[in-house]
Amino acid sequence: MYILQTIINGLLLGGYYALIGIGMTLILGIVKLTNLAHGEFVIIGAYMASVITTQFGIDPILSLVISVPLMFLIGFVLQYVLIGNAMKKGPEPALLVTFGLSIIIMDALRMGFTVNEKSIATPYSTKSITIGGISISVLNLVLLAISLISILLLTVFLSRSYVGRAIRATADDAQAAALSGVNIKKVYAVAMGVSMASAAVAGLCVGMKSTFNPTSGGAYLSTAFVVVVIGGMGSIPGTLIAGFIFGLAQVIGGASYGQLISYIMLLAVLVFKPRGILGK
Amino acid sequence: MNDALLNIENLSVNYGDFIAVEDASLTVEGGQIISLIGLNGAGKTTLVSSVMGLTKQKSGKVYFDGSDISNLPTDKIVARGLSLIPQGGRCFNRMSVQDNLLMGSFPKSARKGAKETLSHIYELFPVLKDKMRDPAGSLSGGQRQMVAIGRALMARPKCLIFDEISLGLSPSVIKDIYNCIKMINETDKTAVILIEQDTQRALKMSDVFYVMLKGKTVLSGKSADVDADSLKEAYFGM
Repeated sequence: MYILQTIINGLLLGGYYALIGIGMTLILGIVKLTNLAHGEFVIIGAYMASVITTQFGIDPILSLVISVPLMFLIGFVLQYVLIGNAMKKGPEPALLVTFGLSIIIMDALRMGFTVNEKSIATPYSTKSITIGGISISVLNLVLLAISLISILLLTVFLSRSYVGRAIRATADDAQAAALSGVNIKKVYAVAMGVSMASAAVAGLCVGMKSTFNPTSGGAYLSTAFVVVVIGGMGSIPGTLIAGFIFGLAQVIGGASYGQLISYIMLLAVLVFKPRGILGK
Repeated sequence: MNDALLNIENLSVNYGDFIAVEDASLTVEGGQIISLIGLNGAGKTTLVSSVMGLTKQKSGKVYFDGSDISNLPTDKIVARGLSLIPQGGRCFNRMSVQDNLLMGSFPKSARKGAKETLSHIYELFPVLKDKMRDPAGSLSGGQRQMVAIGRALMARPKCLIFDEISLGLSPSVIKDIYNCIKMINETDKTAVILIEQDTQRALKMSDVFYVMLKGKTVLSGKSADVDADSLKEAYFGM
C-alpha cells in the first residue's frame, strides 16, 4: 500500500513538473535557444498570481485571466525587441542575454517584494481525500488538472491553428517556413509569448504548492532543464512523460535524495539516450 | 521600368569578400517559362535566394508585379506572389503531408479558398492524397518534391522558381514532375523559372534561357533559336 501511495503521489506531481518544463522545451525546440531566465519567468508568474489574488480577493486560479495574457505580451516584446536582436549576432549572445535577464528579474523582484518567502493560500491547500486507503491531496489533484488542461490547450493550438502550424514548421526548417510566407521573427516572438504564458500558469502552481522568494528561480530552472533533457528537447509528449518520471523520482527519493536521483537520470539520459526517452 | 512580371536589374551579392553574383539581370514576362543554366557555383542559387530575400543584396534592384521588392523580407515577397522551391524541396519532415501543404497557404491572401486549392493539388498529385496523414519525412524523394511543389502552389503564386527540382530523382519521376510544371504553367498562367543542370531538358521546356558564369548573366535568348557554339562558349567561358 505504501508503494502504491508513493507512485500515486509521484504521478500527481508529474503534470506540475511537466508544466514547469514545457515553456523551456518550446523555446529550445522552436527558437533553438536555451532560456536561462525560464526559472525567473516562473517566479514572475508566481508573484503576479499572488499580487492579483490579494489585490482582487479572488480565487488564485482566476488570476490566470489577467496573468496569462499579460505574460504573453511581455514574452512577445522581450523576444521581438531584445532576444531576437541578440540572436542575429549568434546563439551565444542570445544565451548571455537570457542569463542577464535572469539576474535583472531577480534583483527587480527583490527590490519590489523584499526577500521574504511568499506563498499563495487556497481553501484546499491542506485538504485531502481518501480512496480505498490511499490518501490524495486535493491540491495536487488541482495542480494536475491545471497542468494537463494547459498542456492540452497548447497542443491543440500548435496542431490546429495557422499560427501553431507556422510555429511547428519554423521549428522544423526556419528558412523553408520563411519561403512559405512566415515572418520568422514574429513566430519566435509568439513562441516566447506562449512560453511566458505557460510560465504564468507554472508560477501559479509553484505559489500554491510551496513558498517562493525572488531567488527561487534557479531551482525551477534546473527542474525545467532536467525535464526538458529527459523529454527530448522540444517534444511535448516527451516533456509530459519526463514530468511524470521526475515526479516519481522526487517522491521516491524524498527531500534528501529526490534531486540527486533526478540529476543521475539527467546524466544517464545525456549519455545513453541524448535525444530523450522518446527520441530515436 | 517595363511591365515585365519579374525584373532583376544589375543585382550583385557578396559573401564576405567573395563576389557570388555580379551585375546579373533577368526578365520574366507573365506566363513565360525561363530556364537559368550554368555550371555549379555560377551563382544561380545565390541569385534566386537573394531575390527571395534569403541572402542580402549588395546592389541592384528587383521589381515584381510593378513594385520594388529589393531586400524585402522573404514573407512579404511570398505574399506578393513570388515563390521559390528550394533545392531538395525542404519539406517540413516532422509534419504531415496535409500540414505541409496547408503551410503553403499561410499568407493571408491565400487562406481564403485554401480548401479549393488543396483539392486541386490532390488532383495534380493523387499519391499525396493517399499519404496526407503521413509525416513528409517518410515519403520518397520524388513525393517530397511533389509536397514542396504543392506547398508552393498553395500560395497561388504568379511566378514560381524551381531550384534544381530534378536533383537526385529517377528519370521517370523527373518526367512526371516536368509534365506537372508544364501543366501548372499552361492552366494557371504561372510564370516559371527553372534552374536546371540538364541543359537540353531546360532548353526544351523553356521559352527563354539565361546562362550564368562566374556570377554574371552572360548569355540569354529565345530557347528555340539557341546557337550551340555560343551556348557552349557562354556556359564554359571559353
